[in-house]
Amino acid sequence: MIRFDRVFKRYPNGREALSELSFELETGEMAFLTGHSGAGKSTVLRLIALLERPTRGTVVVNGRNTAALRRSAIPAFRRRVGVVFQDHRLLDDRPVFDNVALPLAIAGVPRREMDKRVRAALDQVGLLGRERSFPLELSAGEQQRVGIARAVITKPPVLIADEPTGNLDPDLALEVMNLFQRFNAVGVTVVVATHDVHLLERFRVRRIHIEQGRLASSSYVAA
Amino acid sequence: MSLPEELRAARPAGSRTIGGAASTWLERHAQSLVGSLGRLARQPFATLLTIAVIGIALALPAALYLVVANMRAVTADLGDTVQLSVYLRIPTTESQAKKAASAIQARVEVEQAVLVSPDEGLAEFRALSGIGEALQALTENPLPWVVKVRPAPPHDSAAAVEALAAELRQLEAVELVEADTAWVRRLHAILDTLRQLVFLAGAVLAAGVLAIVGNTIRLEINGRRAEIEVTKLVGGSNAFVRRPFLYSGLWQGLGGGLLAVGLVVIGLAAIEPPAARLASAYGASFTLIGLSMREWLAIVGGGALLGLLGAWLVAAYHLQRIEPRA
Repeated sequence: MIRFDRVFKRYPNGREALSELSFELETGEMAFLTGHSGAGKSTVLRLIALLERPTRGTVVVNGRNTAALRRSAIPAFRRRVGVVFQDHRLLDDRPVFDNVALPLAIAGVPRREMDKRVRAALDQVGLLGRERSFPLELSAGEQQRVGIARAVITKPPVLIADEPTGNLDPDLALEVMNLFQRFNAVGVTVVVATHDVHLLERFRVRRIHIEQGRLASSSYVAA
Repeated sequence: MSLPEELRAARPAGSRTIGGAASTWLERHAQSLVGSLGRLARQPFATLLTIAVIGIALALPAALYLVVANMRAVTADLGDTVQLSVYLRIPTTESQAKKAASAIQARVEVEQAVLVSPDEGLAEFRALSGIGEALQALTENPLPWVVKVRPAPPHDSAAAVEALAAELRQLEAVELVEADTAWVRRLHAILDTLRQLVFLAGAVLAAGVLAIVGNTIRLEINGRRAEIEVTKLVGGSNAFVRRPFLYSGLWQGLGGGLLAVGLVVIGLAAIEPPAARLASAYGASFTLIGLSMREWLAIVGGGALLGLLGAWLVAAYHLQRIEPRA
């Protein structure tokens, strides 16, 4: 479902973020992406979401080779990858409903179905009834969950998250991670970049550890 | 840009059939259409300013066009053919006048020579001049015999007519020769030039409208950058991101077109009374030519099209360059 094959990535400013990175995630697998700041975690996620293309090597997501994808095919590709950000990237001038419904509006989902699905997604993240609130009226944890609802509302087969718990206290972080695990339980492939030691200890999922742009280890760690 | 009409203004759902897909497509356009209108309404000052500039830019060539059209209408019945009036000496007897007229008619340059007696001349003058009562005071007819001469086609150029007039002046019976309609030709030449100017001004001002709309849309895009990035991030295509801006341009162009028509109508209403007074002073009845339905539609539709095009050009350029950061 996600396959990196000897991926080399150099940014236009000359920084080499990844070199010879290879790993593979099966459909429905969940993994933590770990490593120091600057090790290349964010670059891996950017490559999965096709915000960047590899300089060399192959990135295959949902059966599509991102290097071969035409520009016009990028939007359709991105609709099959849910992305959650540390700073959640919500539109502060729009209520929760509209933030969550945005991917559905893009997909052209009719209004009635949109209503139903937004409520279902908000229910999943425990925010049912907050449709009319604006993001800034919500707590950091709630904002993050709105971001997650937006990422999963189109039921993408792949869900990626970049330090989703970075700004949250341990209880909220745990809550958010439980959410990801629930999505994983229904078959979504989940990749979470994190360096939150507590989480790593609590969840028994695969760890892909990157050091200086290379795969350092890939292992399962018992809780 | 606080309320998301794209999402809110919506109609009942369609099913996943061809009809359903069409109604979904329509629904998305309806959402963009209403949404962009709502956004414009929330910035009334900026929107009205843009519409005013577009309206004035469209009204100028339209007004110039009407000026030319009206002047052509006024001068149309003066005819385009040059005519010479040959005034015979006083006194001239009827037989002398007829002889002179047939001599002129015999010339190869002359297509037609019509003799007008002093009595006929006086009657015509009385009917047209509006000073009939003053003419009653005259004890005798002061008018001469006149031969109205229409040159034959190869000899009706301005130079040929001048030459003919000079030759006729040499005739013994002739007092005065006037090429009295040469100025109509000059006027028509001027009007033709003016008409070219209308098209030129129209083209320049149309380009101006493109620039105005383009700049407005560029500012709008910059103001909604975050939204565009997030939309692209969750899979919004360029077409989806572009759509509200296209509608925005369309609305502003349409508003400008309507304003232009309004300005022209107001201008015509202001000019109508003095023009009517002027016409009646010359004993003529004259109604100003306004905009026909087709011209009306051309201005409004042209404004809308220019707005759409200006938005398209700018949106295509800028939206390509906004890519999500992560």
